[in-house]
Amino acid sequence: MKTVSLTIDGRTVTVPAGTSVLNAARTFGIDIPHLCFDPRVEAIGSCRMCVVRVEGARGLVTSCTATVAEGMKVVTEDDEIALRRKHVLELILSDHCSTCMGCDKSGACRLQDYAYQYGADQNRFGVVVPKATGRNFTTLNQGILFAADKCIKCGLCVKYCETVQMAEALTFAWRANRTEVTTPFDEDLHKTSCEACGGCIRVCPVGAMLDKNAVGRGRDSDLSRVKTICPYCGVGCQMDLLVDKRRNRIVRVTSTPDAPINGGNLCVKGHFGLDYVSSPERLMHPLIRTSNGFRQATWDEAIEFVGRRLREIRDQHGPDSLAFISSARCPNEENYLVQKLARTAGATNNVDNCATSCHAPTVAGLAAAFGSGAMTNSVSEIKDCDVMFLIGANPTAAHPIIGLEMKRALRRGAKLIVCDPRKTWLAKRAHIHIQHRPGSDNMLINAILRCILDEGLADLEFVANRCEDFAGFQQNLESINIEAAATYCGVEAELIRAAARMYATGKPSAIFYTLGITEHSCGTDNVKNIANLAMLCGQIGKWASGVNPLRGQNNVQGACDMGAMAHKLPGYQDWTEPAVRAKFEQAWGVALPQNQGGKVPIFIAAAGRGDLKALYIVGEDVVATEPNQSKVIKELGQLELLVCQEIFLTETAKLAHVVLPGACWAEKDGTFSASERRMQLIRKAVDPPGEAKADWEILCLVSTAMGYPMHYDSPSLIFDEMVSLSPIFGGMSHARIGERGLQWPCPTPDHPGTPFLHVGKFTRGKGRFHAITFQPQKEEPCEDYPLILSTGRTLYNYNNGSMTRKSAVIHQRDPGNFVEIHPATAAHHGIQADDKVVVTTRRGQVTGRAVIGNRVRPDIIWMPFHFAEEPTNNVTNDVFDPITATAEYKCCAARLGKL
Amino acid sequence: MPVVDKCPHQNMNEIAAILKNQGTGRDACVKVLQEIQGIFGYLPAAALQYVTDHSQITKRQIYGVATFYERFRFKPLGRHHVQVCRGTACHVRGAPMIIDAVAEELHLHGVEDTTEDGEFTFEKIACFGACALAPVTVTDGQTRGAMTADKMRKLLKKIASQAKTAHATDQPCPRSTMPTN
Repeated sequence: MKTVSLTIDGRTVTVPAGTSVLNAARTFGIDIPHLCFDPRVEAIGSCRMCVVRVEGARGLVTSCTATVAEGMKVVTEDDEIALRRKHVLELILSDHCSTCMGCDKSGACRLQDYAYQYGADQNRFGVVVPKATGRNFTTLNQGILFAADKCIKCGLCVKYCETVQMAEALTFAWRANRTEVTTPFDEDLHKTSCEACGGCIRVCPVGAMLDKNAVGRGRDSDLSRVKTICPYCGVGCQMDLLVDKRRNRIVRVTSTPDAPINGGNLCVKGHFGLDYVSSPERLMHPLIRTSNGFRQATWDEAIEFVGRRLREIRDQHGPDSLAFISSARCPNEENYLVQKLARTAGATNNVDNCATSCHAPTVAGLAAAFGSGAMTNSVSEIKDCDVMFLIGANPTAAHPIIGLEMKRALRRGAKLIVCDPRKTWLAKRAHIHIQHRPGSDNMLINAILRCILDEGLADLEFVANRCEDFAGFQQNLESINIEAAATYCGVEAELIRAAARMYATGKPSAIFYTLGITEHSCGTDNVKNIANLAMLCGQIGKWASGVNPLRGQNNVQGACDMGAMAHKLPGYQDWTEPAVRAKFEQAWGVALPQNQGGKVPIFIAAAGRGDLKALYIVGEDVVATEPNQSKVIKELGQLELLVCQEIFLTETAKLAHVVLPGACWAEKDGTFSASERRMQLIRKAVDPPGEAKADWEILCLVSTAMGYPMHYDSPSLIFDEMVSLSPIFGGMSHARIGERGLQWPCPTPDHPGTPFLHVGKFTRGKGRFHAITFQPQKEEPCEDYPLILSTGRTLYNYNNGSMTRKSAVIHQRDPGNFVEIHPATAAHHGIQADDKVVVTTRRGQVTGRAVIGNRVRPDIIWMPFHFAEEPTNNVTNDVFDPITATAEYKCCAARLGKL
Repeated sequence: MPVVDKCPHQNMNEIAAILKNQGTGRDACVKVLQEIQGIFGYLPAAALQYVTDHSQITKRQIYGVATFYERFRFKPLGRHHVQVCRGTACHVRGAPMIIDAVAEELHLHGVEDTTEDGEFTFEKIACFGACALAPVTVTDGQTRGAMTADKMRKLLKKIASQAKTAHATDQPCPRSTMPTN
């Protein structure tokens, strides 16, 4: 990288070429005063506070827009500069409502600080009475409050909205002294393209953009700041909770630009979705089922009951009569304990987590191809991609902060290929959008592979040196005809060829995929074929180049890392290996179980058959998230014992015999593994409600009651035990993870962590090609069910909705279930926008509001699955991937009708 | 600015032609808006919707640009366009009295510049550059010098009575639904 040396206030500093003077000064601690600058937003240069003197330049220059030059001499403040800054402040104050007493931002307001520092006189230019604060575009908004009389027109919120979030909901209107921040045509903010990311609030240097629900509830100085990790999705954004310790409440949320993955950006769920923590619906006491509903119980009673019943069932019916489902929303420490509880006190390998419903094919498929089933690259590399290849992924909704990085890459000139049956936000802006029909992914990838081979675009040197089993793979592709494949996929062959060329020749290219690939009965095959594509082009094992599954839940990566699955122990160690067994048996003091163990759908089916007697579920709502809901409810009803450790009485908990109230994410310490394999600390901010206990404490009590005493003083000691048994995490500890996190593999205490995998050599040695033959979906459209129903996530809600749906901001944007329908399909069925429609499949019915638009193809309808009162999973197909038991959520045959 | 009264909903192919000429990039925004206003005399909501649906120009950009420049308008022009100069020369020779008279005659107070019946649009002009004729007004393209408040009132009354008979049988064009301030 080219560097430049310059002198700032007499000190010599060397920084990368292209750095701004302001940033160069920041690197060694000189904070040049600024109002319209924020590291998250490209420089605006309008406030004139950051002016500095550059030797030889005419007048003063704005340091945020001036780039460094060799030998430049900069003075950041002298008498004249200070006077100029004072004048700027006095002009701003002349039409700024300066009653700081009533402002939430007081104490954290840059304008207030500078006015004090430079002794600005607010009456110097007279006071233009600010516009009366009448109705504006945020009056009806649930989350954002715009106080026009405090706006200094710096433009940060407008620029953030336009260029970072790219929602384009805010604009400057009018000009000169009439200039105002508003929405297009002054529409109400929640009716515009606003995505409620809260970015305008986070970048506002004064108190003009505020969290509406936090107004009057505490200034920064009244609140304590707790750095933690967002409880939603697998991106792993660091956030600061501002907590009122006295009232035991999270007042508001923010994030700082030095956050390792998200750089101070958050999405609507992180910024506005935390109301659930203090929801009155939280479980506060243990509950035991009686003949007429639940009754409140004491902890002693509930734990004794659960421990005794589990023990009896284990002893009477053997290891396959009980099973444990761990929670991908709980920290690593608790996932470690759930699988330890299963394998010690439970004496069974029947332990699983929700990865089975989503990314189990990734773990299986990528492990088979590369030896490691995780994102090969880091989020921070995305901006350097030349070509991004997205398939079955909608990051701007499901992983919004990864979506932001992709937007940034696009602005930097990256090329984008999106393969998705829906016209998603990114698909609309893609250079190539392949809108193939759901379930045809492998046909499509095979065609791309064939084209790459035909046109000599393969990196045969990489294939020869780094990979194996190429011959069989190549032979398998010989039967592929690109034109025929294109016809089957419902796209143009030329588009497939263009995508193949663009991906193969990218310098570098990276693949990103999500559940559009895995949630099929051929999910593992899909993943293996994606691995084939990366290996064939040598697009892996480099900076910004690899295969990146974007994990769904906050700690689903961690649940897998911790071995909360039947076939692996913590750190992806195989329990069939004698050395591994010996190590764990010695540490845990028990003989490890030998049964194969099952997966979530297998547990549920076994319960239906009466083979499984007891199911212990920690923080999962299988009724809402497993396909064919009514069947799931029937099967769970057969259990002798269903224990749910939960924060809310979810649809699953309602069926339980015992419900144990857990502490949520903000009420305990621990670590989450982000999608990019980064372990990060979560910290306790508030106390749990009522008698609720941290899940790790509950697990210790249950284990002890089952006859296997378990005791830890803190989560960090659980973590240390886990580390001592898992070589790939060997160098980690809570202290080392600190505020920046650590990316595994990190085998020794001096290892810096691993940003990207498979450099020079794959984890398993050679990358393995798999010959993949196309398997069609299990349920093709027919005369009775002519459409394909696909399901997925919205930006606003999360999973079963038990957490997000407690937020008024989210409710305003995404209040209930809906069905996306193509205009032609809607016309054919006589359906108008907002009509209530009913979707029927062979398994049942679900209703929703009609949303008509060209986001979907005419042969497809699409629904989210977040809404318990209109449960989409009542109709999804309970057919599963043969290797990982992942259900085919992404396509089943359906019929549409008006209600 | 020609005073044209067309139904915007029926003229989308004209918008398409504009986009074809000016391109669909963001940098075409000002040109596209000018041409749309050239056709309709204002920026009809339906036309702007068409632009945002078929180009990279966004609603946010349109609103920012169209409010920044005074000549763009979101409401149809009245059938008669009354412009009064308020330049320095006209000002000292009585333009404020003329402006008051027009506002009173047409019941246009505050920010509203077009009468409710769509007959008149009243515009104050920075300077026509015809200072020798001060105070100057231009009504439907016809320049009148040495204007007085009285003469102005008479002129407006005359136009209004002619308009009543002329438009008695006209079908009015649907009004813009664009929300305004």
